[in-house]
Amino acid sequence: MKILNELKYSDSHEWIKVEGNKAYIGITDYAQDHLGEVVYAELPEVDTAVNTGEQFIVLESVKAASDVYAPLSGTITEINEELADNPGFINESPYEAWLVAIDMSNPEEVSTLLSAADYEKVCE
Amino acid sequence: MKTTPLYEKHLELSGKIIDFSGWALPVEYSGILSEHEAVRTKSGLFDVSHMGEITVKGEEAEKFLQMIVTNDVSVLTDGQIAYTTMCYPTGGVVDDLLVYKNSDEDFLLVVNASNTDKDFEWLESHISGKVEVKNVSPFYAQLALQGPKAQTILQKFVKEELNDLKFYHFKSNMDVGGISVLVSRTGYTGEDGFELYFASEDGPQMWDMLLETGKDEGLVPAGLGARDTLRFEAGLPLYGQEIDKDITPLEAGLGFCVKLAKDDFIGKEALVKQKSEGLKRKSVGFEMIDRGIPRSHYDVYADGKKVGYVTTGSYSPTLKKNIGLALIDADYTKEGTEIEILIRGKNLKAQIIKKPFYAKKYKNNN
Repeated sequence: MKILNELKYSDSHEWIKVEGNKAYIGITDYAQDHLGEVVYAELPEVDTAVNTGEQFIVLESVKAASDVYAPLSGTITEINEELADNPGFINESPYEAWLVAIDMSNPEEVSTLLSAADYEKVCE
Repeated sequence: MKTTPLYEKHLELSGKIIDFSGWALPVEYSGILSEHEAVRTKSGLFDVSHMGEITVKGEEAEKFLQMIVTNDVSVLTDGQIAYTTMCYPTGGVVDDLLVYKNSDEDFLLVVNASNTDKDFEWLESHISGKVEVKNVSPFYAQLALQGPKAQTILQKFVKEELNDLKFYHFKSNMDVGGISVLVSRTGYTGEDGFELYFASEDGPQMWDMLLETGKDEGLVPAGLGARDTLRFEAGLPLYGQEIDKDITPLEAGLGFCVKLAKDDFIGKEALVKQKSEGLKRKSVGFEMIDRGIPRSHYDVYADGKKVGYVTTGSYSPTLKKNIGLALIDADYTKEGTEIEILIRGKNLKAQIIKKPFYAKKYKNNN
């Protein structure tokens, strides 16, 4: 199972890549493995405001629908359009297949996220 | 959780183990999509040892079964199999099952794992006359070898010409690589294939042997996930979803195995009445127009009101579409009718399409 050192994580298995006030969010290798092959990603609309801990994305595998929770508060600025036609990209390259980008409303929340080392413990 | 004789093999193959009505079984090994595709194009091997086996023997075995099941078992020849339902007096389904006829006095019933105990009790409670019913499930391992290459693979182990084994027929005590096997040309995938019943202690050996030899033909181990998507595309019902104690076989579109013309059987009165009055609800196939995946128990709407619910829904790996089976008000079952599926608070558009979604590729070598 792959965990990238340069990313931040949530204990609900999202990864977060922070670039200034912007954060890209995806699901971890651990999460995609547990989910199974993703066949549909239901993403929120751009400009939607989300709060930390809020269910804001649904990823559907062949077997089931799974909720993804917002690890940070903010406004959705981009969604990954590529996933509409190729949701399996989430399984192939979970750390490249970002789901959405958020303009953070409270950048201090970043300090509450987990480091790679701490996230590894969550997965044990 | 209960385990099958193949449990260790599933772990060795990194199968993802889930609790399937009390049984520890793999939902997938390499992935549902690839396993599904392997069965449609080459072949897959499933551990279905959790299925229940019940023997019905005695002078009045046939008479007893005629009373219990909805299909007509009196027309079976020795070595032939019938798919059937057995019903409650209300017409609701106790279970769907296969009836294997060895002789007029010797039958084997293969039932759903989750229903084995219930079925056995049901059968026992209706015994009259010279009949003996036994739950022999623990003694059997069962493997399903399914897909267009199934015959080629199995033929490598048996002397008998498998072309001669017709669909829904079986042969007992066949020598399959040194193991005595009941070989049945049946399955739950919509493909040609075989189901093999043999002593549970031979499970691991048979499993390894088939996988090793079948490798060259593209045989892969396949889990419950692919088993479900395969049967769903082929329009084969699953107990607890398409059929249940509150759903009759007629509503589920299984009229072909309900022989209302035969003598009395449990549920006949209710089913005759339902048929003469006309079905108020029916099982239909539908395809999503809007984006979204329907799932079991999602509500179905039409004309602004609730008209039924989804019994099974999924992304179809073969058709690459989101489709479902639903039990709905008969007024909305015409092909092309637009309906709506309530998915996470939103009514998403769908339309009625023909079932099955996938034309079965059974071997018609009659």
